[in-house]
Amino acid sequence: MLSIKNLHVDIDGTEILKGLDLEIKSGEVHAIMGPNGSGKSTLAQVVAGREDYDVTAGSIELDGADLLELAPEERAREGVFLAFQYPVEIPGVNNVYLLKAALNALRKHQGLTEVDAFEFLTLVKQKMRFMGMDESFLSRGVNEGFSGGEKKRNEILQMLVLEPRLAILDETDSGLDIDALKVVANGVNSLRSSERAIVMVTHYQRLLDYIEPDYVHVLSDGKIARTGDKTLALQLEERGYDWVHQESASA
Amino acid sequence: MASKQQEVERLVGKKYEHGFVTDIEADTVPPGLDEDVIRHISAKKGEPEFLLEWRLKSYRHWLTMNEPVWAHLKHEPIDYQAISYYSAPKSKDDAPKSLDEVDPKLLETYDKLGIPLHERARLAGVAVDAVFDSVSVATTFKEKLAEAGVIFSSFSEAVKTHPDLVERYLGTVVPYRDNFFATLNSAVFTDGSFVYVPKGVRCPMELSTYFRINAANTGQFERTLIIAEEGSYVSYLEGCTAPMRDENQLHAAVVELVALEDAEIKYSTVQNWYPGDEDGVGGIYNFVTKRGDCRGRNSKISWTQVETGSAITWKYPSCILRGDNSVGEFYSVAVTNNHQQADTGTKMIHIGKNTRSTIVSKGISAGQAQNSYRGLVKMLPTAEGARNYTQCDSLLMGDRCGAHTFPYMEVRNPTAIVEHEATTSKIGEDQLFYCLQRGISEEDAVNMIVNGFCKVVFKELPMEFAVEAQNLLGVTLEGAVG
Repeated sequence: MLSIKNLHVDIDGTEILKGLDLEIKSGEVHAIMGPNGSGKSTLAQVVAGREDYDVTAGSIELDGADLLELAPEERAREGVFLAFQYPVEIPGVNNVYLLKAALNALRKHQGLTEVDAFEFLTLVKQKMRFMGMDESFLSRGVNEGFSGGEKKRNEILQMLVLEPRLAILDETDSGLDIDALKVVANGVNSLRSSERAIVMVTHYQRLLDYIEPDYVHVLSDGKIARTGDKTLALQLEERGYDWVHQESASA
Repeated sequence: MASKQQEVERLVGKKYEHGFVTDIEADTVPPGLDEDVIRHISAKKGEPEFLLEWRLKSYRHWLTMNEPVWAHLKHEPIDYQAISYYSAPKSKDDAPKSLDEVDPKLLETYDKLGIPLHERARLAGVAVDAVFDSVSVATTFKEKLAEAGVIFSSFSEAVKTHPDLVERYLGTVVPYRDNFFATLNSAVFTDGSFVYVPKGVRCPMELSTYFRINAANTGQFERTLIIAEEGSYVSYLEGCTAPMRDENQLHAAVVELVALEDAEIKYSTVQNWYPGDEDGVGGIYNFVTKRGDCRGRNSKISWTQVETGSAITWKYPSCILRGDNSVGEFYSVAVTNNHQQADTGTKMIHIGKNTRSTIVSKGISAGQAQNSYRGLVKMLPTAEGARNYTQCDSLLMGDRCGAHTFPYMEVRNPTAIVEHEATTSKIGEDQLFYCLQRGISEEDAVNMIVNGFCKVVFKELPMEFAVEAQNLLGVTLEGAVG
């Protein structure tokens, strides 16, 4: 599914990722952990195609296709979805209108007919109930005046509607209380399938109690410093990131 | 003999070329402006004496005036003696002979706006006979209005059919001495619209220039007068979303609105005159004076404008809030791209007690365009308890354009309250990336974000107009980002 090789990334002349390798297969759930500033969010943004970052070396392939050659919207239509850490407000743009435009852009790319307003509303209402969002979200502007938790739910709602092949969740757990965390985790879990891969970028182990990963990677100084199963996350919780950092430095 | 005949013709022709010809069958007068030209226009239109006098008075005053220089605009000096002030029907010599001669970009835009093929030639100013596919619609429309007692006609027609009303109200809102361009218009205006809504009548439909037969070719010096009698209501739509091409570079229109007690006038404009090509060559200079007088108690005048066209826009639709409790509103979206310049805003003059005004201005600049909001809120000593709320937001696309805000306030009553909010932002890269990441194309994303920015203004427009205005914005700003 996703294959990242020797990825080097700069922002404003500072190297953030320094030769990162990562292989993710269909059906897998990966967690990428690491301290602040280790490059977790950079990785998520670069895969999604944010232009502020310079990829100086390496490759990112999705099912053999060179993602770096594609514009962000083309990557999205190929099935890459990023749940943003800080979803931006777009005043005056209806939340559901944006989602419908997104779904139809995707369907068009897949050679399918566009959904009409009625079909779409039926679909989105069902997903909203699942995410515990009330119908007032139908008429609000994109993230406009949403609380932190509402924004994160809205990201997952979009993900449920768009059904991406590769979902990247950037710090989706941050700012969520325990009830909201469960709802969000429930949403993500409902998308787990053999045709899809999920990557969670997170600072804390807490999310992994609810979304169980197949692999846990620890990012340190722009590289994957350690890979393990979910027990690695527990170890991190106990011993802190310094432990990994020191180990990788001495190795 | 034959040569003598030719000689005579030559001399006649020569005279025709240079001098003034009183032959009222002539379609066009030579370029230049003097009292004879004004007399000619007036005679040609069969106007009553009072109107000719008013035109001449305006012209004499205009000679003492200078073009205003305070606006944040730059353009080549206008040669007023190079303009032909009467040409109806318009000379077709300079017009493109077919759509092949029209700026291909303009044609592309028609395509995107879905303008029917037969309409395109008319809009682009191609020398073909006008197509009146709307004649039957217009006839039904006229019958309905007549039933309600609403007068809706061309200005010229009104001068003939209702000279008393014209004489009573013309120039009472925008006096002939008002400003350089309004004074010029008063001297030389050719046509426009006239609306009269009788007491207590709610006009049964939106009045649109589209339905005024022969509305074409009145563009250059247009004069509009709308009178809403006590307790009446009218909504008037001006303009067209399709870009209009016109060989006349200078446009100087005047619009006067009069709202008597408890009357309401809603005036919506979509202005999309040809802005010139991408290098700013050939666009329209649009110098417009629009003013409404809330003459009676509890009257209301609301201006909504979407300005996307013209090379230069100089326009300040204003309200004089004379009647107690009267309300003035101004909702504006002004978009400038490439080399367009806009200096636009409003004036709210509070005279009556408890008068209220709202100003919402959204300016969008892209390319190398300059976009200025200029507004005056004036509270006179008599404006006990008056209130104003002003909100000016500017959106910049790219880093070569400019947005400017010039708010003026004069408060001479201590009980009056004036509030002003202003923001300037760049189109958010985060917002754009968010949309792209959801698979939405850049064009659609920009369109969406900009329309969101303008939403509060669009919702003031009549429904069909609002939808068209949204499409128009998308087309105007195409390629402005990235």
